[in-house]
Amino acid sequence: MAEKTHSDGAKGAHDVHTSTGDHGGGHSSTFPPFNSETFAPQLVWLFLTFTLLYVLMSRLVLPRIGEVIEERRDRIQRDLDTAERLKGDTDKALADYEKALSDARTNAGSIARETREKLDVKVAERQAVVDAEIDGRIAEAEKQIAETRAKAQASVSDIASDVAGAIVKQLIDTDVSSADVKAAIASQANS
Amino acid sequence: MAAGHGPIEQFEIKELVPIELFGINASLTNSGAYMIAALGLIFGFLYFSTGGRSLVPTRLQSISEILYEFVATTVRENIGTKGMQFFPLVFSLFIFVLVLNLFGMIPIPGVTFTVTSHIAVTASLAILVISIVILYGLYKHGLGFFGIFVPSGVPIALYPLLIPIEIISFISRPISLSVRLFANMLAGHIALKIFASFIGLLLGAGVWAILAPLPLLLTIALTALEVLVAVLQAYVFAVLTCIYLSDAVHGSH
Repeated sequence: MAEKTHSDGAKGAHDVHTSTGDHGGGHSSTFPPFNSETFAPQLVWLFLTFTLLYVLMSRLVLPRIGEVIEERRDRIQRDLDTAERLKGDTDKALADYEKALSDARTNAGSIARETREKLDVKVAERQAVVDAEIDGRIAEAEKQIAETRAKAQASVSDIASDVAGAIVKQLIDTDVSSADVKAAIASQANS
Repeated sequence: MAAGHGPIEQFEIKELVPIELFGINASLTNSGAYMIAALGLIFGFLYFSTGGRSLVPTRLQSISEILYEFVATTVRENIGTKGMQFFPLVFSLFIFVLVLNLFGMIPIPGVTFTVTSHIAVTASLAILVISIVILYGLYKHGLGFFGIFVPSGVPIALYPLLIPIEIISFISRPISLSVRLFANMLAGHIALKIFASFIGLLLGAGVWAILAPLPLLLTIALTALEVLVAVLQAYVFAVLTCIYLSDAVHGSH
């Protein structure tokens, strides 16, 4: 075959075309890329390999890689969506908690106020009762004092008439009835 | 050894298994073998790295996903979501060209070969792209597809001048698409080979051997550049494919 001479070919032929660049010495010295005799086998194998490559790529390999990439993209999107949803849930829970907390605070305030008011009322009632009792006792005590005083005053005049009678007996040795003494004292006290 | 050969040697097509089908030479060559290897590596890697289909990707699965996302983004940005029907095509073109370009950067003496350094391969891929653009454009927009040759917002008086220019630029697309990739690969590998052979020449030239590290450093730098070019050209091929397909999808602008 003609191509045989290309392969391990005659050394002389190579020396010729490399040193002089001469294209005249038959196809063995033709510049290889322009040697039309080698076109057919190149094109046949190019056709076979490239067609097979195209079929394998388009039917098998590329869909497979595309699928993996697509699946990963979907998965990431799904995960992001889930994260978004969970974040929303968290925010909502947090808001609920804050609301509950502020509600509890207001409740606590109102309970405290009510309790205070209730206690104030009770204190006032108790105060009134105690005050009334004390007033009663004071009034009683005053009445007793007044009675005691009146009694004391009454007994003072009795004693005074007794004393006056005694004095009169001592001075003039005359028994004077207590009624007379009393009358005398009364007349003196009136003048 | 490789050092004994010229810079063109690496582009030789070597027949490995002679096959003839229907009078066509369908022999398995080193080019065909590299294409099969590329197919095997691409499919094996992408298929088995994603075998786990793990939600949290393994390292290898990440590479597959990054490649997928990268090409998908390129298609979406250049054609729009309507263009995703072409995603498998653009992905196949990108990964195929990328792996073949990078395979050419693996130095194996006497074996290393860059499939994309052959115009027959790059031109076929470019013609495939342009054919799809034309066929899909006609299918989608009918004859209105040829409206892409009529520039918008231009006075009618200029049409006789501009329409031929647009047609020429459209026709030159497959040429530029194929030649760009082919020439980049070819030139880069020739330059690498030449600078690398200087190392051997200087080492064998007595006192001049002292200069040998210079081309070595240059070769290292060039190798890095070539890896970059290999990736970049695959990307350029994919982006241009997208831009051309965008015309077919959206019709005249």
